[in-house]
Amino acid sequence: MQKIEIDQNGYYGNFGGAYIPEMLYPNVEELKSKYLEIMYEDSFQKEFQYLLRDYVGRPSPLYFAERLSTQIGAKIYLKREDLNHTGAHKINNAIGQVLLAQRLGKTRIIAETGAGQHGVATATVCALKGLQCIVYMGAVDIERQAPNVARMKMLGAKVIPAKSGSQTLKDATNEAIRDWINNPTDTHYVIGSVVGPHPYPDMVARFQSIISEEIRKQLKEKTGSELPDYLVACVGGGSNAAGTFYHYLNEEDVKLVAVEAAGKGIHSGMSAATTQLGTLGVLHGSKSIVMQTEDGQVVEPHSISAGLDYPGIGPLHAHLFESKRGIFLSATDDEALKEAFNLTRLEGIIPALESSHALAGLRKLDFKKEDVVVVCLSGRGDKDMDTYMKSLNGDLG
Amino acid sequence: MNRIKNLFDNKNKNVLNVYCTAGFPKLNSTLVVMKALQNNGADLIELGMPYSDPLADGEVIQQSGSIALKNGMTIKVLFEQLKNFRKEISVPVVLMGYLNPVLQYGFEKFCEDAASLGIDGLILPDMPQISFENEYGAIMKKYGLDFIFLVTPETSEERVKNLDELSSGFLYAVSSSSTTGKDKSFEDVEKYLQRLQSYSLKNPVLTGFGVKDKTTFESVCKYSNGAIIGSAYIKALENANDIATATQTFLASVIG
Repeated sequence: MQKIEIDQNGYYGNFGGAYIPEMLYPNVEELKSKYLEIMYEDSFQKEFQYLLRDYVGRPSPLYFAERLSTQIGAKIYLKREDLNHTGAHKINNAIGQVLLAQRLGKTRIIAETGAGQHGVATATVCALKGLQCIVYMGAVDIERQAPNVARMKMLGAKVIPAKSGSQTLKDATNEAIRDWINNPTDTHYVIGSVVGPHPYPDMVARFQSIISEEIRKQLKEKTGSELPDYLVACVGGGSNAAGTFYHYLNEEDVKLVAVEAAGKGIHSGMSAATTQLGTLGVLHGSKSIVMQTEDGQVVEPHSISAGLDYPGIGPLHAHLFESKRGIFLSATDDEALKEAFNLTRLEGIIPALESSHALAGLRKLDFKKEDVVVVCLSGRGDKDMDTYMKSLNGDLG
Repeated sequence: MNRIKNLFDNKNKNVLNVYCTAGFPKLNSTLVVMKALQNNGADLIELGMPYSDPLADGEVIQQSGSIALKNGMTIKVLFEQLKNFRKEISVPVVLMGYLNPVLQYGFEKFCEDAASLGIDGLILPDMPQISFENEYGAIMKKYGLDFIFLVTPETSEERVKNLDELSSGFLYAVSSSSTTGKDKSFEDVEKYLQRLQSYSLKNPVLTGFGVKDKTTFESVCKYSNGAIIGSAYIKALENANDIATATQTFLASVIG
């Protein structure tokens, strides 16, 4: 098996790099030359690990879901990122990047957000550290994710609606990049996923890699082996999947399963299954697989889950797809909804819609009874209650 | 014949490069706009290829691009419109856009087709230096297309010299680290351009971002070979009843 790793120019195989206008070059270059040194300094690691433990509540439990296991016919463990402070894995990266920004002397933090989870996580860490926080969010998403907008505001962040294009995550990302161009010296841009120009995909994957670091230890305690047969995670940009896979990328015997959002069906014209529908392209500063027209215009994806509603995919995942190291599946809006209710009724855990896609992936794999399967439960479902209630009442269009 | 070189051989002060978006304000405005620019004193035309996610551009240019895309503009349509443009337009024309649509068209095919139509150069702000050096630079050279890199006040001296070495035609000086269409303090801009002058670069320098009228045009022309105007002209077109008249009025206010 070919080793999965990033090269010195920030490429995983054919994907990655830094496709940025010159106006961003000094910022990205500064980050590239310093991120590894800073994040592995003793004082950084001490503060990072302390906050992960006492503030976030890590390690997050690895829970053996007995009733779900019986139903699926394999040993299913849930990595409970939903139990983190602020309700998802996003906080791991937000803490890492804000601590890094402080060490770079930055005083102003900007972020993009889709469903609002990354925005809430970033606003939270900024409140903790007393930093100014500006979150760009598509005007359409602001409408449909009101509770998270309220949380960000209470945390003291300024939420700026992105009104260009389709007014969703892609456009919020464009606006955040523009802000960074216009504020080159005092500002750090906290990207929420394993996307963007190098070094972002690698940096975010490293901050999220705490997930697989813990899985290895916890699995060893519970099963006697650090290695599961399968790891399953949902993928939009792909940060929870990157964290879940990270310490297993080069463990040949562990199957890495990524579940994308098929929306109303892969070929319905309303889907976000990037590897199935996309082609090689450049989006938000890196070369990857992109959903686009024949003319190279980026198209609007669709998913019931705002966190997976993105027309690209991180370069690591594009490489896992192309090299066939990863197994790429997809789940529709309806399948994800069904799994959300199934898990809730079987295990008493209300998952986020994003994580429900990962659960739906379990139905599409051919397990042996003794297979050990770890699913990343990336977030909790509080933010999706409105959608769940509509579904319960049969009101979903 | 290299039209950009000829231009700077004959005129090295107050060169005016005007940006317009292909397919804006109407799909078939492209040539009308270019002719109006040439007739009213533009020395060079920067023709923008609209893109859904134009990171380096501000609101005004992005909006013009969205309208152009809605009008049905694509690279294929643009090249169809440009089929015989050299019969009417003699000033140099550079295409400005983002890498992704060009990659989808096919980079080499794009260069081949653009060059055969009579395009003189390319500006692709998200082209990484390393990709230019390892892959794309040679292709553009093969078809005789100039490639223009951008530099900003934050670009180090070493890097400016490096990018100047790789560029041909001219070098694009972004007046401050910002997206297009933002107001600037022009004292800082003048200092920055004086710094660039002191580097004795091989290419002429045109200054863009924030140039919008006679005052700002004259200010940047003091310390560089000329200016690039974009957002201010697009704004003038937005409200225009007649493209020729609007262009005449606008350019008269800058160089008249």
